Amino acid sequence: MTNSQPRGSVTAVLEDLRGVVAAAHLLTDPAQLVTYECDGLAAYRVTPGLVVLADTAEEVAAVVRSCARHRVPFVARGSGTGLSGGALPHAEGVLVVTSRLRTLHAMRPEDQRAVVDPGVINLQVSREATPLGYYFAPDPSSQQICSIGGNVAENSGGAHCLKYGFTSNHVLALDVVTPTGEQVTLGTEAPDPPGYDLVGAFVGSEGTLGVATRAVVRLTRLPEEVRTVLAGFRSTDQAGAATSAIIAAGIVPAAIEIMDALAIEAAEKAVSCGYPAGAGAVLVVELDGAEQEVEHEYAEVERICREAGTFEFRMATDAAERAEIWKGRKSAFAAVGRISPDYIVQDGVVPRTSLPEVLRRMGEISAERGVRVANVFHAGDGNLHPLVLFDASEEGATERAEEVSGMILDLCIEHGGSITGEHGVGADKARYMPRMFTDDDLDTMQLVRCAFDPDGIANPGKVYPTPRLCGERPRVVQGAHPLQEAGMAEVF
Amino acid sequence: MGDDVLTSLAGTCTLREAQPGDAVDGVPATVVASPADAGETSALMRACDAAGLTVVVRGNASKLSWGRPPERVDVVLDTTGMDALVEHSRGDLIATAGAGMPLAVLRDRLAEGGHQLVVDDLVGISTLGGAVATGLAGPRRMWTGALRDLVIGVRFVRADGTVAKAGGKVVKNVAGYDLSKLLTGSMGTLAVITEVTVRLHPVPASSWWVGATVPPDRLPQVLGTLVASQLVPHAVEVHAVPGGDPQVAALVSGTPAGSAARAEAMAPLLGAGAQVAEEPPSWWGRIPTSDGAGSPLLLRTTARLSGIPELVAEATGAGLTVTGSAGAGVLHAAGDGGLDASAAVTALRTTSVRLGGSTVVLDAPAATKTTLDTWGEVPALDLMRRVRNEFDPRRTLAPGRFVGDL
Repeated sequence: MTNSQPRGSVTAVLEDLRGVVAAAHLLTDPAQLVTYECDGLAAYRVTPGLVVLADTAEEVAAVVRSCARHRVPFVARGSGTGLSGGALPHAEGVLVVTSRLRTLHAMRPEDQRAVVDPGVINLQVSREATPLGYYFAPDPSSQQICSIGGNVAENSGGAHCLKYGFTSNHVLALDVVTPTGEQVTLGTEAPDPPGYDLVGAFVGSEGTLGVATRAVVRLTRLPEEVRTVLAGFRSTDQAGAATSAIIAAGIVPAAIEIMDALAIEAAEKAVSCGYPAGAGAVLVVELDGAEQEVEHEYAEVERICREAGTFEFRMATDAAERAEIWKGRKSAFAAVGRISPDYIVQDGVVPRTSLPEVLRRMGEISAERGVRVANVFHAGDGNLHPLVLFDASEEGATERAEEVSGMILDLCIEHGGSITGEHGVGADKARYMPRMFTDDDLDTMQLVRCAFDPDGIANPGKVYPTPRLCGERPRVVQGAHPLQEAGMAEVF
Repeated sequence: MGDDVLTSLAGTCTLREAQPGDAVDGVPATVVASPADAGETSALMRACDAAGLTVVVRGNASKLSWGRPPERVDVVLDTTGMDALVEHSRGDLIATAGAGMPLAVLRDRLAEGGHQLVVDDLVGISTLGGAVATGLAGPRRMWTGALRDLVIGVRFVRADGTVAKAGGKVVKNVAGYDLSKLLTGSMGTLAVITEVTVRLHPVPASSWWVGATVPPDRLPQVLGTLVASQLVPHAVEVHAVPGGDPQVAALVSGTPAGSAARAEAMAPLLGAGAQVAEEPPSWWGRIPTSDGAGSPLLLRTTARLSGIPELVAEATGAGLTVTGSAGAGVLHAAGDGGLDASAAVTALRTTSVRLGGSTVVLDAPAATKTTLDTWGEVPALDLMRRVRNEFDPRRTLAPGRFVGDL
C-alpha cells in the first residue's frame, strides 16, 4: 500500500522522460497545452501539467511507469472527440496522447480480425476492410475522426449497435499498459481465453484501468443486401408505435432512428437533407443481411409503417441515396447549432417500452421550463439523445438548460434505464452514478479499479464520485479520511 | 465438524448435512445451504466469512467438476431455490431470472412470447447461473455472440456478504464497469450470482441444417467459404472422430421462405452430397462424449478461424473426438481413459497457442486430473490474482479451482 505517500509533480515525470521521448513530443508550453484543455465536451476545461505525444507502446509505458513512481495522475487521450469529458486533463497530471500510434498492423479477413494501434481512426478500419468484404461494426457518429483507443475506453456504440453490439462485442484482445506501468496482453485472438474476462472489464472503463496500446478487433462480413427506408410521420408517437410493431414482428433491423420536428428543422437548415415536409417525426430503418431475408423484412416494415400512419415512405436504392437519408441523422448534433446558439447533447437510455411516456414527460418539462428540447434517438434500443437548446448570453439560461438536462437523466433512471448509453460517464456524469447505483455497487466496481490501479492515478475523478481509497474497508471511516485531513492524500 | 458448521450458519437459510453425492469433484462437502433469495445468500456468506468456511456454488451440478478440484468444501451453496422468472419484458426483449432457473424452463417460458436467450445448453440441464459462471456457449454464438455478449445485468453477493449489482435492464448501457462480463466465466470464484438479466432474440420462424461429410483436405476451403458466406449462417459446426472424415453442418434460420432459399443456396458450398435437413445432426450442440466409464477427458480448445482445420486434425490425431464452433473458433475435445491425457493436452495446447488460441482442461478422470496443467499459461495472471484478491481476499469461493490456483 502506497496510498500514504505524497504525490509527486509533473516536473519529476518530465525529467524521467527526457531522452526517452523526443523533446518535441513533450509539451510544456502553455500555448501548446491549451490545445488539449478539453475533449468533445468543451464545457469542462483543465490545462494539463504536461502533454506527451507518444509514438510507441514503450513510450506510453515509460510515461505511466514514471507517473506511478511519482504518484502523478495521468489521463489518456485519443482523438479527443468524447462527449463526457473522459479525456479532460488533470491540472497536476500528464496527458498521454495516443493518436500518433496509428499503424494498422494486420487485416485478416480469413480470421475476421484486424490488429490495430489505438490511434487508428474507426472509419479507417472499415475503409481498409471493405475491399476485402468486411467492416468494423461499431460506428459512432464521430467515426471519421474518433480513434479505436477511444472506442475501447468508452465502449462506443453507434446507430448500428442494435443488431451488431458495441465495441466490447468486437474486441478480442488488448495490449495495455496498466496504471502500475506493466505491459500486459489481455485476451487472445480466439474467444474464451482462460481466466477472468479482463477484456470485458477493460473495455468501457474510460481510461481508469490503463491505456490500450494495441487491439485485436473483429471484422464483420459486409451484408449481401442493405435497405434503408425513411418514413415520415405526423408525430413521434406514431413513429414510436411503428418501432414497437417492427420489434414485435421479430425483426431486428441494423438500425432504427427517430428524429422529432425540431431536430428535422435543424438538419434541414444545416444539410438540406430533404426529409418529408411537415413531418412531426421521421423514422429511419436500415435492414441488412441475406437478400432473401431482407426482401421479406422490408415488406413487413413497409406494411407496419403504413398501418402506423406514415404519409411518406421512401427507400434508398443505392449507396448514394442511403447516404442522403443518413446525412440528416448523422449531422443532427452539429445541425442544432443552426437553430440555437448553445445546446447540451444528452445521452440517456430507457426501456424501449417506456419511450412514449418518457417523450411525453420530456415535452412537459420542456414546456414548463421554457427550454426547447430537440430529440434524436436510437429508438430500437431506447437510447435518447435529447439536445437541450439555450442561449448562454441570456441570464440564467445555462442553469435552466442544465436543470432540464439533469431532469431528463432522472426520467431515465425512474424508468429503469441508464444515465449513459454510449457517451460514457466521464467527468460529466460521475455525480449521477449514485442515483443509479448503491454505495455497495460502486464499492464493488472500485474493487476492480484497486486491482488495476492501487494508487488511483489513472484518470482520477472520472466515472466514480469520490471513491474510497484502495485497501480501505467500506463504512469504517466516518467523514474525511485522516490522511486527507492531514493533507497527506487526496481522495479521488 | 458438520455440527459445528451447521451451528455457525444457523438461521441464515435452509441447511442440511452434506451426503456423499454432494462432493465436489471428489472433495467431500460438509453442509449444503439453500438460500431462497439474495438476502439469505448474503446472511449465509457473512456467516461463512465470519467462520472462515469455504463455499462452492452449485446449480444443477452439470458442470460442477469443471476446473481443478476445490481445496476444501465446507459449504455447497445450492442456488436452485432462486429459480424465479422475475421479468420478461416482451417489448424490450429482455428477461431477468434467478440464478437457479433451469435453461430448459427459461426457454419454455420465453418461447411463450416468441423469444429466446440464445445459449446452447451443451450439457442439457444447466441453470442460468451455472451457464453464466462457466461461460457456456454453443453453436449459435456465431449469430448473437456468446453469453458474455448477452448478459446485460447481474445481481450478486460477494464473499463478505455484500449484495451488489452491475449493468441494468437496458441493452445499451455504459455506466460503470461491466462486471457482468467479469463474472461471466469466472467459475464461481468472484461472487455468488443470484440474478441475471439477459438480452433476448426472436425465435426464428424456421430453421434448416445443411450438412456434409468433408474430407480433411477440403476442410479449410469448406469452412472458410461457410464462415465468409453472405447467406448469414447462424452457426457453422464441425465434428470429427479419430480416423474418420470430419462432418460439417451449418444452421440457417429466418423467415420460412428466406431461410429455405438460403439453405438451398448454401448446400453447394459444402460440396457434393450436402443435405438440407429440418433437424440437426445428432452431435450438434453437445459436448463430445466417450463410451468409457466416469468423467472423460474434456478440453476446450480455441484458435483463429483459419486455424480450426489444423486444430481438428491435431485433436483427432491425438485420439480425441472433437465438436465445436468453426464459426467462432472454439471446439470441445473429449477422449476416454485409454489415451495419454498429458500428451494430448500438451499437443493440443502447443498447436492452439500457435494459432492464437488456448487449450484448457474442463474435466478429466479423477486419477489424471491433478497431474494435468488445467489452465495452461494464462496471460495477465497477475492482474487476475489481484482481482480475485480484491473480491475474495480470504479465498472463500471455490479456492484452487480456477487459473493459477486462485
